[in-house]
Amino acid sequence: MSVAKLRIYRGDAEGGQEVEYEVPVDEGMVVLDAIHFVQANYDGDLAVRWNCKAAKCGSCSAEINGMPKLTCKTRLDSLPLDKPVTVYPLKTFPIMKDLVTDVSWNYEVRKKIPPFKYAEDTDWKMQQVDVERSQEFRKCIECFLCQDVCHVLRNHNKKNEFFGPRMMIKIAELEMHPLDIEDRKEMLREAAGVGYCNITKCCTDVCPEEIHITDNAIIPLKERVADTYFDPLQWILNKVKGN
Amino acid sequence: MEKFETHVHDVIVIGAGGAGLRAAIEASAQGASVGLVCKSLLGKAHTVMAEGGVAAALGNVDSKDGWKTHFHDTMHGGKLLNNWRMAQLHAQEAPERVRELEHWGALFDRTKEGNINQRAFGGHTWKRLAHVGDRTGLEMIRTLQDRGIHTGVDVYMECTITHLIKDGDRISGAFGYWRESGRFVLFQAKAIILATGGIGKAYKVTSNSWEYTGDGHALAYEAGADLIDMEFVQFHPTGMVWPPSVKGILVTEAVRGEGGILTNREGERFMEKYDPERMELSTRDVVARSIYTEVQEGRGSPHGGAFLDISHRGAEYVKKKLPSMYHQFKEFAEIDITKEPMEVFPTTHYVMGGVRVDPETEQTTVNGLFACGEVAGGMHGANRLGGNSLSDLLVFGKRAGAGAAEYANKIKDNQLKVNDGDINNAVKEMLTPFENSEGENPYTVHQGLQDAMGDFVGVFRTKDKLHEGIEEINVLKERASQLKIEGSRMFNPGWHLCKDLKSMLIISEAIARCAHQREESRGAHSRVDFPKYNDEVWGTVNSVISKDSSGDMNLGTSPLPQMPEELKKIVEGGYK
Ligand SMILES: Cc1cc2nc3c(=O)[nH]c(=O)nc-3n(C[C@H](O)[C@H](O)[C@H](O)COP(=O)(O)OP(=O)(O)OC[C@H]3O[C@@H](n4cnc5c(N)ncnc54)[C@H](O)[C@@H]3O)c2cc1C
Ligand code: SF4
Ligand code: SF4
Ligand code: FES
Repeated sequence: MSVAKLRIYRGDAEGGQEVEYEVPVDEGMVVLDAIHFVQANYDGDLAVRWNCKAAKCGSCSAEINGMPKLTCKTRLDSLPLDKPVTVYPLKTFPIMKDLVTDVSWNYEVRKKIPPFKYAEDTDWKMQQVDVERSQEFRKCIECFLCQDVCHVLRNHNKKNEFFGPRMMIKIAELEMHPLDIEDRKEMLREAAGVGYCNITKCCTDVCPEEIHITDNAIIPLKERVADTYFDPLQWILNKVKGN
Repeated sequence: MEKFETHVHDVIVIGAGGAGLRAAIEASAQGASVGLVCKSLLGKAHTVMAEGGVAAALGNVDSKDGWKTHFHDTMHGGKLLNNWRMAQLHAQEAPERVRELEHWGALFDRTKEGNINQRAFGGHTWKRLAHVGDRTGLEMIRTLQDRGIHTGVDVYMECTITHLIKDGDRISGAFGYWRESGRFVLFQAKAIILATGGIGKAYKVTSNSWEYTGDGHALAYEAGADLIDMEFVQFHPTGMVWPPSVKGILVTEAVRGEGGILTNREGERFMEKYDPERMELSTRDVVARSIYTEVQEGRGSPHGGAFLDISHRGAEYVKKKLPSMYHQFKEFAEIDITKEPMEVFPTTHYVMGGVRVDPETEQTTVNGLFACGEVAGGMHGANRLGGNSLSDLLVFGKRAGAGAAEYANKIKDNQLKVNDGDINNAVKEMLTPFENSEGENPYTVHQGLQDAMGDFVGVFRTKDKLHEGIEEINVLKERASQLKIEGSRMFNPGWHLCKDLKSMLIISEAIARCAHQREESRGAHSRVDFPKYNDEVWGTVNSVISKDSSGDMNLGTSPLPQMPEELKKIVEGGYK
């Protein structure tokens, strides 16, 4: 059985360092298995989040060899094992301990998004093709890898001005719900800061659910906002209609 | 004593899966101030992993369906050991609970007419499972989560409850720690709802996550509540077998619901032998035993399982209806299920047994303590039908929320006491593993327990094996009384495991002893030495576990509640 070297970041808000562990490699093993091996055999207090171990819950996010990934979905045999594998916590969020970061900001932001609202006389008939647009976004497992990689949050720390790609698809999902009647356009432009996104598509690249965050959500949202706020024709029409 | 923070609510819900969220929403709607506590982040509970669907007799695809047929199917699935009233309420109220989710923003797959689509599942007479591809649980938990955060429920995430506190014979609080800091926290409440889910982590091969350590079962037991039917642990017929890293991970029953076929190494469609009528869509207990038997008798697949094939449905259909199964096998096993068969073997999945509750309000046998979802017993009898859990969470989550709020609203000003002595004992118990200069590694003892449960309390059971299992659990209890851990109290999984282990040992003992007591085979409980039903003796009673005054585990039985005549007719009538 071959052996992999893992260099796992260990530390907390005060600071920390990489610690190297040797782990025997079994067929099909994923990085999370290696972390569990370390816990059971070397350091029982190594902190990591996980739940489903099947890429369904979005708990186990980390930066593996510098790439934001789910540790339960990253097979060791997909990594070059002649070098140590580095495992770091998500950089965009404050570290709590080891691989666990404080992601509570995401939950705070989410509360600000107005929920689904339907009209009194709704008959609840919907066609499959119509629900599929929103269903794509509802696949999101809230792993926050897209939030981690987005430069607006990661490098510029604009958390007060931009909700980030995860919340953009949350808004898109509600806006594209066939029966929703809420208007979130002003929030999109102001509080959510959709204008900060400059369509680099890094978020889409890391999404484990393969959601087309930029093409299917953010760009259409930007268009909606533009139609309402900057389109002179729309502006005149609104005036005429008295809205 | 060290300082700890205190939060005061009318109702505290422990657990934020489907059951806990639904309960919190209802209690809040009834005017109670509600705190919702969970071990993981919000939205990560087990419910998020549910795949196949939620059972409700909506009749959208098969218009003949109705609550009576659903009730009939559930009772037969449970081999008539179910609490009839729970099964009735469940069948009657599930459709409304599912429609309500839609009103809160859920987007189920649709029929051509634009209604909620429904798929076939084992043991259900009609196509009954509302679903979203194979990620129904995710849809449900997100919908409830959204509803919950917008209805004034206070959420305390990554917080583990370790002890329930009583004032006399009433519940008065819950005590626990923050996972991040390791600091202690007290929740004072008039009523507490347990919605902590199941026990799968007592077994090695399981579809369950680290959270499933039976905490709620153990908390209720310690607080003096009854547990019933603990011998009934569901082994889901189809878990992954290869590679080792994913052993036990679930292959949804929706694969069979969508037409998947089971064969052995000789290419024989073996379900013809075991249940020629329902074949692959027989109930889970039957399919699990059949696969197990095929492998035992030397007809297993290369890695010791059965073949499950869905490729005949065509690549496009499979990817559309079972997208997460497609990815799961492609990424973890390098198998393309649109072209090749999967290999599957039973995996520990669900516990039918649980805290005994009143069917209408979900109150346990302790005043002010309620339970709903997987942690509650009675609803599913000896075997749960697929899809009946998600609906159970909604129906009884709502009822528990209403029951707890009504109970709490009657207590005008909260004079309930929290005794300092109880808190002191809890703190002392929790901190011992740091103070022990010698002791065992909790991970090693946990592995020992998982081996014992797999070897002695697994799919097929005998008196001798169960006896050995009980002895082994006693040894493990001894070992677990002296644990030693490293590091600080900050986010320390080794420390967390110390208490989880205690819960698992309690429920493991309960399972083994109930299994030892029930000398018959029924549903998920298969005794090789008593292979048949014994309706006279065992068909009329539930097993009951409780803690006696000297602190020992008390084992007994209690008669099944009497079913009214008109319901008996439905059950006996082969109702369709
Ligand atoms: C892979 C998989 C697929 C499934 N598919 C289906 C399906 O298709 N249809 C179906 O009907 N059923 C399905 N099931 C079963 C169903 O998902 C579960 O039975 C159900 O989700 C349990 O819900 P719950 O609300 O009772 O508990 P959970 O959703 O497990 O939630 C338990 C909660 O309790 C909390 N908790 C536990 N202990 C403590 C403590 N000590 N302190 C604080 N909080 C605590 C946890 O953090 C969590 O929030 C499936 C199960 C699995 C594992
Ligand atoms: S596309 Fe927009 S949201 Fe996505 S990473 Fe780039 S800037 Fe961020
Ligand atoms: S959109 Fe994708 S990357 Fe972002 S949180 Fe959701 S699943 Fe994760
Ligand atoms: S553990 Fe659930 S996504 Fe990795």
